Amino acid sequence: MTKENILRVCDATMQFGGVVAVNNLNLEVNKGEIIGLIGPNGAGKTTAFNVITGVYAPTNGAVELNGKRIVENFPQGKMKQLYKGQNNGKYTKSHLLTPDKITKLGVARTFQNIRLFKNLSVFENVLIAKHMHAKGNIFSATFQLNRKEEQRMREETLELLVLLGLEKNKDDMSTSLPYGKQRHLEIARALATNPSLLLLDEPAAGMNPQESDELMHFVGRIRDDFNLSILMIEHHMQVVMGICERIYVLDYGTLIAEGNPETIQNDPKVIEAYLGVDD
Amino acid sequence: MNKKTKFICTLVLIAIGAGLLVFIDQATPSSAMIRSVLQLSAIYSLAAVSMNMLNGFTGLFSLGQAGFMAVGAYTFAVFTIPVASKPTVYYLYGVADALANVALPPAAGIVVAGLMAALLAAVIGAPVLRLKSDYFAIATLGFAEIVRILVASSVFNRITNGSLGLKCIPGFGSYYTPFIVVFICIAIIVLLMNSTYGRAFKAIREDEIAAEAMGINLASHKQMSFIASSFFAGISGALMAMFLGAITSTTFPLMLTYNILLIIVIGGMGSITGSIIASFLVTFAKEWWLRFLDVEHFIGDFHVPLLRTGFRMVVFSVILMVVVLFWSRGIMGQKEFTWDGLYGFFRKLKNKRQEKSPVGGGAAND
Ligand SMILES: Nc1ncnc2c1ncn2[C@@H]1O[C@H](COP(=O)(O)OP(=O)(O)OP(=O)(O)O)[C@@H](O)[C@H]1O
Ligand SMILES: [Mg+2]
Repeated sequence: MTKENILRVCDATMQFGGVVAVNNLNLEVNKGEIIGLIGPNGAGKTTAFNVITGVYAPTNGAVELNGKRIVENFPQGKMKQLYKGQNNGKYTKSHLLTPDKITKLGVARTFQNIRLFKNLSVFENVLIAKHMHAKGNIFSATFQLNRKEEQRMREETLELLVLLGLEKNKDDMSTSLPYGKQRHLEIARALATNPSLLLLDEPAAGMNPQESDELMHFVGRIRDDFNLSILMIEHHMQVVMGICERIYVLDYGTLIAEGNPETIQNDPKVIEAYLGVDD
Repeated sequence: MNKKTKFICTLVLIAIGAGLLVFIDQATPSSAMIRSVLQLSAIYSLAAVSMNMLNGFTGLFSLGQAGFMAVGAYTFAVFTIPVASKPTVYYLYGVADALANVALPPAAGIVVAGLMAALLAAVIGAPVLRLKSDYFAIATLGFAEIVRILVASSVFNRITNGSLGLKCIPGFGSYYTPFIVVFICIAIIVLLMNSTYGRAFKAIREDEIAAEAMGINLASHKQMSFIASSFFAGISGALMAMFLGAITSTTFPLMLTYNILLIIVIGGMGSITGSIIASFLVTFAKEWWLRFLDVEHFIGDFHVPLLRTGFRMVVFSVILMVVVLFWSRGIMGQKEFTWDGLYGFFRKLKNKRQEKSPVGGGAAND
């Protein structure tokens, strides 16, 4: 069986002023895979997510989705002189997309520091994610000319909440949920955009071993139920090693290792990178 | 409460409001204060709700309200002043040839006023909406001042009549006109805010980055909100012109924007019902209840200190400061008035009473 490629990050470099946060990153996610992205604090993992989702324009390099190049950039303006990365000159086009366009192409994400719509209910939080699929314009929506659409959005939202066990909380304020459920809600909201690729930024952060174990099964389940490919940043080794098929390791913005959990666990460079930082 | 009871309750409430208006219209002499204060309150409600769409619902802190109202008011005036009155109005500079024989019916004038304000919002929106919050506020404020300067400038003498302003603007056809127009406009705004677009606006207010990650295009949605808000601001400006009968560039000073801003802060940023309630409270207080503060009073021989022209505004400002300091979320916060909310409120009140007086049971008494 040949693997169908979903996401390919090509030589992506993200430089902030003089700081190279991501350096020449090459990364692939194939259909149905759960891929881990790990590395010590400040390694550039979240920055890599931000490049993939269009929050940042890469300084150099490209992002491909389903074999189509969606983002490409090269050092321009002041960056021409400042650029410290590699592959200068390999990319010559500048083609950027805003995050909403990338979401529409089927990439959804969660955030490291939960970013729910705070003053809105759980139900509304998920319902908002259905907005991008609405076909009506602002007039037909206001004057309810297309009631079926609104009704369909509400039904789908409710279905999703039931599936994720959040239906009891549907009228609660999103911030009144316990921490673990807020993380689930963020995932529910991401799923509501009908993604084919889901990016999870430390979904198990702040969870105890039992909770993170549950989360691990949950991630596996949604991959199957929603036909997803998943790229996740995670610090809990137990989660990463337990569920990811392949793992990428970043350190100081540079990829230092890549492979299946076993290879990674025994890679001396990885051990050094982690020993150098925490216990 | 089920849907039907709520619907009936709402109808009853509207009927009571309408009945009250008819009663006031019939029972008071045409010079009564309450008549004009009610009309002014209604106009302020629309101005406040339209500003709240942007500031409270979409989280765009705009200070251009008076500018868009001025555009609406001037557009309305220019297009509706009766042909016969034009020579008197434009006696100094004369009227532009293209306008000499134009006089739209007021209803059409109101719509054109809204459209003109919306068109202007569409033009300035693209550059201005790129700015981050504080700069956006400053840019919209600057826009409002530019509008004021332009309408008074000699370039447009033959359209806006320069610093002389415009008069002989058609008034309201009936006492109820402003209430009906405001009611329709606010009803549309409520529908818009409850639609999927309204939810997208709220998402932008809550968290732009998350909203964008949900597939909401920030630029186009901010633009839509800006245009819609300006459309209704333009209509409120047109109503203001009808109410006053005469306008100049000083009718729409920066102070007007601040007054409306205070109304939405007092009512609650992001609450339509809050804005309406606050519009009536603030307008009644400012235009009527606190008027006595502007007049010198004697109790016997005692000259009551401080009371003189302008003191009303001092007291008013102090009240506002107290409200903003101690009640910063305003009357309604971000909530709307709902029958469920009212029902829950009374239930809580009843429960409290019963706790206080276990004997007798408070419910039977009242
Ligand atoms: N917008 C920005 N401007 C300047 N520097 C930035 C910006 N975003 C990230 N950085 C820098 O890039 C580096 C990588 O940050 P990033 O948040 O990607 O790390 P991370 O791997 O996600 O770490 P953590 O595990 O703590 O979440 C850091 O040194 C950070 O200071
Ligand atoms: Mg991070």
